Amino acid sequence: MIHLFTKGICRNIQEPVIARIGDLHHNVGNLFLIRDLSDLGSIRQLGKSAIFLFDSSLNEEFTQEFSDYNQVNNLNTEYLSVGDIIRIGTKGEISTLFRENSSHNSLFITDRCNSNCIMCSQPPRNRDDLDHFWEINTRLLALIPKETQVLGITGGEPTLLGRRFVDLIALMKSELPMTDVHVLTNGRSFAWKNLVEALSLVENQKVVFGIPLYSDYYGIHDYIVQAKDAFDQTMLGLYNLERFNQRVEIRVVLHQQSFSRLPQLAKYIFRNLPFVEHIAFMGLEFVGYTVANRDILWIEPEDYMDQLEEAVLFLDSMGMNVSIYNLPLCLLRPALWRFSRNSISDWKRDYLEECQSCAVLEKCGGVFGTSKKLSNRIKSISWQ
Amino acid sequence: MQSNSIKEFRSFKKADFFSKSTPEFYLLPFRFIQLSEYKELIVNDLGDFLLVPSGTVEKVVNKKIDPSSELYMDLIAGHFISETPIPSLIDVMATKYRTRKSFLDGFTSLHIFVVSLRCNHSCHYCQVSRVTGSKLEYDISFENLELAIQHMFCSPSPHLTMEFQGGEPLLAFEKVEFAILRAKELNKQHGKNLNFVICTNSTVISDDILDFLKIHEVLISTSLDGPESLHNANRPKTGAQSFNLVIEGINRFRKVLGKDRVSCLMTTTVKSLDYPKEIIDTYLEYGFSNVFLRPISPYGFALKNYRKNEYETDRFLDFYKSGLEYIIELNKKGVFFTEDFTVILLQKIFTVFPVGYVDLQSPAGLINSVIVYNYDGYVYASDESRMLAESNDFTFRLGHVRDTYRSIFYGEKAKKIADHSVIEGLAGCSDCAFQTYCGADPVYHHAVFGDMEGVRPLSEFCKRNMGVFLYLFNLLDTRYDEVFPIFSSWIKHSLRRQA
Repeated sequence: MIHLFTKGICRNIQEPVIARIGDLHHNVGNLFLIRDLSDLGSIRQLGKSAIFLFDSSLNEEFTQEFSDYNQVNNLNTEYLSVGDIIRIGTKGEISTLFRENSSHNSLFITDRCNSNCIMCSQPPRNRDDLDHFWEINTRLLALIPKETQVLGITGGEPTLLGRRFVDLIALMKSELPMTDVHVLTNGRSFAWKNLVEALSLVENQKVVFGIPLYSDYYGIHDYIVQAKDAFDQTMLGLYNLERFNQRVEIRVVLHQQSFSRLPQLAKYIFRNLPFVEHIAFMGLEFVGYTVANRDILWIEPEDYMDQLEEAVLFLDSMGMNVSIYNLPLCLLRPALWRFSRNSISDWKRDYLEECQSCAVLEKCGGVFGTSKKLSNRIKSISWQ
Repeated sequence: MQSNSIKEFRSFKKADFFSKSTPEFYLLPFRFIQLSEYKELIVNDLGDFLLVPSGTVEKVVNKKIDPSSELYMDLIAGHFISETPIPSLIDVMATKYRTRKSFLDGFTSLHIFVVSLRCNHSCHYCQVSRVTGSKLEYDISFENLELAIQHMFCSPSPHLTMEFQGGEPLLAFEKVEFAILRAKELNKQHGKNLNFVICTNSTVISDDILDFLKIHEVLISTSLDGPESLHNANRPKTGAQSFNLVIEGINRFRKVLGKDRVSCLMTTTVKSLDYPKEIIDTYLEYGFSNVFLRPISPYGFALKNYRKNEYETDRFLDFYKSGLEYIIELNKKGVFFTEDFTVILLQKIFTVFPVGYVDLQSPAGLINSVIVYNYDGYVYASDESRMLAESNDFTFRLGHVRDTYRSIFYGEKAKKIADHSVIEGLAGCSDCAFQTYCGADPVYHHAVFGDMEGVRPLSEFCKRNMGVFLYLFNLLDTRYDEVFPIFSSWIKHSLRRQA
């Protein structure tokens, strides 16, 4: 696990700052990590023109000398690196917005959502935060390296931005034309054809919309997302996206309420949504709402393996591109290993003590470090 | 939202809050058939199907389905019933329907040019060829060929296939050569996706011909009826034996044009019916990975004799089934080999994609997908139509290449044929469970019954297709785990080729 939030003591920073951590030794940037005393000369040279992040290992006398410099001191810098883009709040709170060596970076659009999924890992909040995050994201976008391969857009429900969502996709195209963009959305807003039409005019072919569909039966889907008519809206949204040549992926979260009709869902996808470019079946992250709803959600992966195998093999046999996310190899039948991907974000990924002796550790995507409950059947695999 | 309503929205509700609790629902259009003692098959216009226990349809019609049952969910998800008079996903249904029928979008795409009736074979099932006869009499004239090509370019289809038939078209190679060069010339301004196919017996090849076919990327469709004795018995030729010549021809074509540009068709004759396995083995031996166990052409034999025909249809179905079983066994042993008719039907059954197979579609392939320019300049609605004309029945002659495009493709005859080409409106088809996967054949029914629709209980076309559909669905019902992995590999292979 990597922590994306830390806090220190702030001095002389009056406004929130969004900046990329520079390299002191090559004189690049104006925000620097200071972990030892060897950089004194450079710090003095830069003076008040830069911002310094002083590690908590540095004693107070040292930071005292620079008390009128812009800084956050007494900081745990373990998870910060040169190249990271961070936001410094006026109370010394530091959020990592972008990590240079990670392929799991996202723009966070909002905490709001028009659904209320029973297994939401990041429960929605009801305050209007769209402007707040818009400001952060537009500043962040300008700083992200142009050679970045992939960037997510997530929330909450990003399309709650409305017309500004189209602007965001246009901005992605102009700021990061080479970057693959992966938008996580429930797709309900795309039932409005004019939104999708406007999106299509941007012509950003790097964008893929990852949209959840939890059942072929509307009643089950609507129950899982806790919103009436959500299934119909998502289906119409998927059709509008196809009509306007947008790229789509289907995401299915595996739990007690979704597993029983997985084979029917697979057939439904092939019959009704054969245009989607990828289908991902995803293990449950046991956090957020899931904790409160554990009784109606938790199921051992072994107990849904029959349905999962039938669904995955059906779609694969019809030439569809299928993946399994978030399940360690030891919980999957070997016939399904070829569909397994290292999907858990690097900063959330964990391996257990048990895993250290596993023969397929290198190939395994591990487990959610964020999960408050894991299968008790995780076992190291030895070569027979 | 008011804060109260937000609070209400954020509180978790039970499943029944989102599902209907009353057993009222509306029927959407579907058709059904008793598949076996235990099973019924339900199919809708979109090709969605359900295999359900006997008695289910009655329960559905009487609205005696428990809304919390898996069956209810299957029926809703499959667009068989709806909780509202107009289904909320009617736009999705419309798109699926439009997609299935989109083979119609371009109108006529297959243009058959009968460049000569002359042939060096005298196959007994052939209605049209002349072994003797002069070029002047039996080859198409350059003037008529030119007019035919101009008609072809009037078609709105973005894809055009020129198929050269005969007789043996390579005996009139100068006409093929002219047609291809002329079409390419004209296509500079039309910009169509233009393809060429020659249906040849592969016994008339020269290096010059091969060079030309290679340059213009022509596909070869040749005839191989099975093992040597069967092939030679079906396809008599004076002088050398046909089989050896065909194999030699196939090898020459493959060497110059590439293996994937040469395909084979076989004609099932009475003699063939005893040798499904041997026919398939021959195809395997000569490096083919597919065979088309083509239904017997009703123009070949016994057209006028119902009783004999009936017998032949049963025998054909036995032939098809043993052939398919043998092919399934081959696949189980790891040999990838497909039966083309089955692949066409499986694609219609399992996918929503358009399957434009001219012999089994609705509206029928006549004019909508295919047109034939005959050697004498007359234009016919299909290959079978011009064969019918050889016995002086000109019902499906649409005009002459000298006539206007409109009068040929949209004239009175075309309209009359269209009236009888839509299976959805034909007696006996309109309520058939297999309607969505089947097609209309006005030419066959006209030939047998004297009207373009015919009588379903007596129609061999119907009996044959019903037989195949029943067989395939029973396989899917009773031997799913065994056959589905094989069938799906065929569908996947076929979809990849079309992509």
